[in-house]
Amino acid sequence: MVPVLQVENLKTTFYTEYGVVKAVDGVSFYVDEGEIIGLVGESGCGKSVSVLSTMQLIQPPGRIEGGQVLFKGENILKYDPKGEEMSSIRGGKIAMIFQEPMTSLNPVLTISRQLTEALEIHLDMDRESARQRAIDLLKMVGVPEAERRIDDYPHQFSGGMRQRVMIAMAMSCNPAVIIADEPTTAVDVTTQAQLLELMVDLVTRNHTALIIVTHNLGVVARYVRRIYVMYAGRIVESGPSDEIFERPRHPYTVGLLGSVPRLGEKRGTRKLVPIGGMPPDLIHMPPTCAFLPRCQFKIKKCYEEPWPALRQVGENHFTACFVDIGDKL
Amino acid sequence: MNGKTDEILLEVQDLKMYFPILRGLLRRRVGDIKAVDGVSFFVRRRETLGLVGESGCGKTTVGRCVLRLYQPTAGTIKFNGTDITKIPEGKLKPIRREIGAIFQDPFSSLNPRQTAGSIVADPLRVHNLASGRDLDERVAQLFRMVGLDPRMADRVPHEFSGGQRQRIGIARALASQPSFVICDEPISALDVSIQAQIINLLEELQEKLGLTYLFIAHDLAVVQHISNRIAVMYLGRIVEITSSDELYDNPLHPYTKALLSAVPVPDPKVEKTRRRIILKGEVPSPATPPPGCHFHPRCEIATGECTEHVPPLRDVGGGHYVACFKA
Repeated sequence: MVPVLQVENLKTTFYTEYGVVKAVDGVSFYVDEGEIIGLVGESGCGKSVSVLSTMQLIQPPGRIEGGQVLFKGENILKYDPKGEEMSSIRGGKIAMIFQEPMTSLNPVLTISRQLTEALEIHLDMDRESARQRAIDLLKMVGVPEAERRIDDYPHQFSGGMRQRVMIAMAMSCNPAVIIADEPTTAVDVTTQAQLLELMVDLVTRNHTALIIVTHNLGVVARYVRRIYVMYAGRIVESGPSDEIFERPRHPYTVGLLGSVPRLGEKRGTRKLVPIGGMPPDLIHMPPTCAFLPRCQFKIKKCYEEPWPALRQVGENHFTACFVDIGDKL
Repeated sequence: MNGKTDEILLEVQDLKMYFPILRGLLRRRVGDIKAVDGVSFFVRRRETLGLVGESGCGKTTVGRCVLRLYQPTAGTIKFNGTDITKIPEGKLKPIRREIGAIFQDPFSSLNPRQTAGSIVADPLRVHNLASGRDLDERVAQLFRMVGLDPRMADRVPHEFSGGQRQRIGIARALASQPSFVICDEPISALDVSIQAQIINLLEELQEKLGLTYLFIAHDLAVVQHISNRIAVMYLGRIVEITSSDELYDNPLHPYTKALLSAVPVPDPKVEKTRRRIILKGEVPSPATPPPGCHFHPRCEIATGECTEHVPPLRDVGGGHYVACFKA
């Protein structure tokens, strides 16, 4: 089966006045039809830039410098970012949900206008049926009194409701893939649960692929089947989520899992193990593995060789590390 | 509610903090935001009480009342046996020396050109605790205590990473050698891999200096990790207080149950077996809270009683308190 979306060796670089930042440096990932995957990492690791590049939403000084983004086998990176083909992909075939809905909704247009616009463009609906479909969408995502509220402006909605509107907008044209970039980081935890449950329920019913971009390991553990862990612009580990949580094979993943408190753990039974040091300065990247200065498993080879490529360590499980850390845990 | 009085450092009783809503040309008071609406709890010496809840529940306001950054509308705050609610502003200095505060971003309210050393030295100067070479030595000591190189004292805030900035914030909070520290979302601005560094540092300092913490945060997993006991707030009121382990093993309030179930655990095996309670609707506005139990419109087990009367925080045994008629 061909994955619905396959990103191959993607490279996106920012030419800033302070220096060159390889924000995404050879990232590959795929998602199958109807599959839910997670792209995990901390701020600055390149997870957002990866998905924005996928949609060709990179602005100067950023530039997509290499790689392929295959949507149903077709390389969409060759399309003009401002052209018609790319517009029909964005929103129509691949939709995005952003962290802060207030910045992605137009404050001077009613919710109705913003929802119906995409329907009229992508699905060629007339005004009346688009409005009806928009009301149905709002009902579907649980906006109360949808018939009345559709004529409200974004600021009249709460944060959670705005994010529901974003979900409605993303679902509106029955896309094949939805990319949710930190979709619930700005909302409270019970709202987060409401929104994620809604999103996962909708994509499961519609057989839509979902890519959740997040720093929250709990969210990944709850909803995601496969994980990609990113660090300093690269994928450092990927695999089925059961496998990665049970047998992490990259020192950074091990570090992340050891540093977060777990709800329900008896108090005082486990001291958190922080990852020492700091994330690397992306302008002055070492030629070696970027995690090396913080790594507790490093060996001589790590200082001598360039950043290791991903190698297979289990069924569909890959790590970018020379060391077999499984023996040392 | 009473613990043994001799070991209690902070006791808050029926605290209320209302903010007036002013409208019109004459700025007439047309209502109140009841940010904190009758909150009672105590903190024992050398323990950590976690105060957890979602945005707008009033947890930060409680902390600010204890610091007397706000003048409470009603209620008493007893610190070390003294009621500090009525002490006039001019006479608060000795109390403020005893109560430190750590915020989410220690620099958001400070002069960006002030050096880290002088930020940490401020409380020492204000309270006349050190001067001259003594001051420098004390600042250097504080830097070392929080794991920073004293040679960094001449740098300005933007030269530090988020984790280092919070270390400076902690050094400043501890400069006047307080016995009690209010930590308000101290790690929520930090990256996951850095959060653990700060949590561990706070734990070590508590052990070493015999500190008492009021730890205010929205992240239940973090609160549960660091706290001996936890108070859960919803819309201006405490709905449940108990020990950290008991709260997870035996939550009694329907809101606590929903909150616990909403927090995903970073372990797929655990997640597969957990029951998920998805709350209906949203938190009502604190300007127009529902009558009776504030949680009743979203509660699955609410009855008529809950819509009419406010459930008191009652002792169900073993230091477990819950404000629910049905629990």
